[in-house]
Amino acid sequence: MLELKNVHKTFNKGTVNEKKALNGINLTLEDGDFVTVIGGNGAGKSTMLNMIAGVFPIDDGNILIDGVDVTKLPEHKRAKYLGRVFQDPMLGTSADMWIEENMALANRRGKSRTLKWAINHKEREYFKSLLSELDLGLENRLSTKVGMLSGGQRQALTLLMAVMNKPKLLLLDEHTAALDPKTAARVLELSDKFIAEEHLTALMVTHNMKDAITHGNRLIMMNNGKIIFDVKGEEKKKLTVEDLLAAFSKSSGSEFVNDRALLN
Amino acid sequence: MLSFLNSLPGAVAQGVIWGIMAIGVYITFRILDLADLTVDGSFGTGGAVLVVCTVNGLNIYLSLLIAFLAGCAAGFITGILHTKFGIPAILAGILTQLALYSINLRIMSGKANQPLSVMKYNLLVSLRNIPKSIIIACIFAAAIIGILYWFFGTELGHSIRATGCNQSMARANGINTNTNKVIGFILSNGIVALSGGLLAQYQGFSDVNMGKGAIVIGLAAVIIGEVVFGKIFKNFALRLFGAILGGIIYYIVLTFVLRLGLNANDLKLFSAIVVALFLGVPYWKNLISQKRYKPTKTEVS
Repeated sequence: MLELKNVHKTFNKGTVNEKKALNGINLTLEDGDFVTVIGGNGAGKSTMLNMIAGVFPIDDGNILIDGVDVTKLPEHKRAKYLGRVFQDPMLGTSADMWIEENMALANRRGKSRTLKWAINHKEREYFKSLLSELDLGLENRLSTKVGMLSGGQRQALTLLMAVMNKPKLLLLDEHTAALDPKTAARVLELSDKFIAEEHLTALMVTHNMKDAITHGNRLIMMNNGKIIFDVKGEEKKKLTVEDLLAAFSKSSGSEFVNDRALLN
Repeated sequence: MLSFLNSLPGAVAQGVIWGIMAIGVYITFRILDLADLTVDGSFGTGGAVLVVCTVNGLNIYLSLLIAFLAGCAAGFITGILHTKFGIPAILAGILTQLALYSINLRIMSGKANQPLSVMKYNLLVSLRNIPKSIIIACIFAAAIIGILYWFFGTELGHSIRATGCNQSMARANGINTNTNKVIGFILSNGIVALSGGLLAQYQGFSDVNMGKGAIVIGLAAVIIGEVVFGKIFKNFALRLFGAILGGIIYYIVLTFVLRLGLNANDLKLFSAIVVALFLGVPYWKNLISQKRYKPTKTEVS
């Protein structure tokens, strides 16, 4: 479903701030894979997701989604393959627009936008039924501005919008990191539910090792722009946090440093 | 006082015409969240094109349409400078505005001022018939508000609103934000030029300097409309209507201070101060509410 072939990215090339963010990433995701991504500060986790989404161009290598080479496609053209949820709950929705308007925008992802009326009656019913699955009472607030919602509600809405029309790949970039623990758990639970129900292929970056172990069928660990650890299936189910820390120091020769991971 | 009341209808007519211009400003300033200074040039372009077309025998509606399209072209240039040349929106607008000064002179065959007599041509609005001018300007305003209400309710219109509101969200949902910005610039400057075409008819001439400070008057109308009617006008069409009312209020206040004895040469200074104050008020309100807030004392452990 997703293939990264020898992907390289260096920021601020040729300056004192030069930073090798991705250093030859090779990764293949099978249809229906739910992969969690962990790693230390500046390991390249978010960069990898941004490169897949086309936020920045890559320096070298190829990115294929469902067999299509998207390496040269701009961000808005790749969007038709992708569903994305950002770390910042403010980024995934338009605050000045209504809930139903945001959902209508997501519902037309990858389609051409014409001079037809933006939302029809049938869609409104469809949005209502989707929102009721969130169980946050949003189904009766279709014409509420998204800016009036809490961070958790906005993130749940972004998630819902991201899984509309079954994207080829769902990219979750630490999407629960900015939420309080209870809301984070709820959003994570919803992510699991949507991925399972829609048989989505997903990449989820997290700083929480426990979450990385308990969710998904495969786990990869990154360090210095490389994938240093990759487990799946039965082997992954047996993993513990201690195993992960040990695996990290073995492959990288240093201690695992992630402020937030240690605090958890 | 009587002379002030006598000049009120004229102020209303001018207010509505400038209010239409303010709707153009609203599209870039509020919907796209960009300050577009092209309008200082495109407003004059609208006036110049209308006068030249009409004097050369074109039908007045056709002349207005051509003025609108000329404004669209100006907006397109700013849009390209911003999205393809990577120039910040404000600077892109200033560049186009500067270029338009020369182009507007060219359109008027090198003359800084071109008369358009209501005696010779069948004009839609004119100082000579202010009640009729108010009605016609209001019909134009209503039609433009109606069309924009429809347009920003379509799929494309929604995607432009999303572009102005949150570019990350827009792109993640497959929206080409650059194209949408260009469309916004085009639409905005088209409406501004149309308003310039109306003003040239109303005052009976076009002038190469008629757009000078137009952005400030447009912003004044938008902001006065928001400050005065923001609480009751929530609907998009009503908010555009608020800009028209803002234009009317602005011109009534202007007429009033002129009657009080303000030197006409000081008008631009006055306009700038009005806009600065109205832009500052929401910010100060926020500061004051923060100062009044006293956090409850907590034990420091």
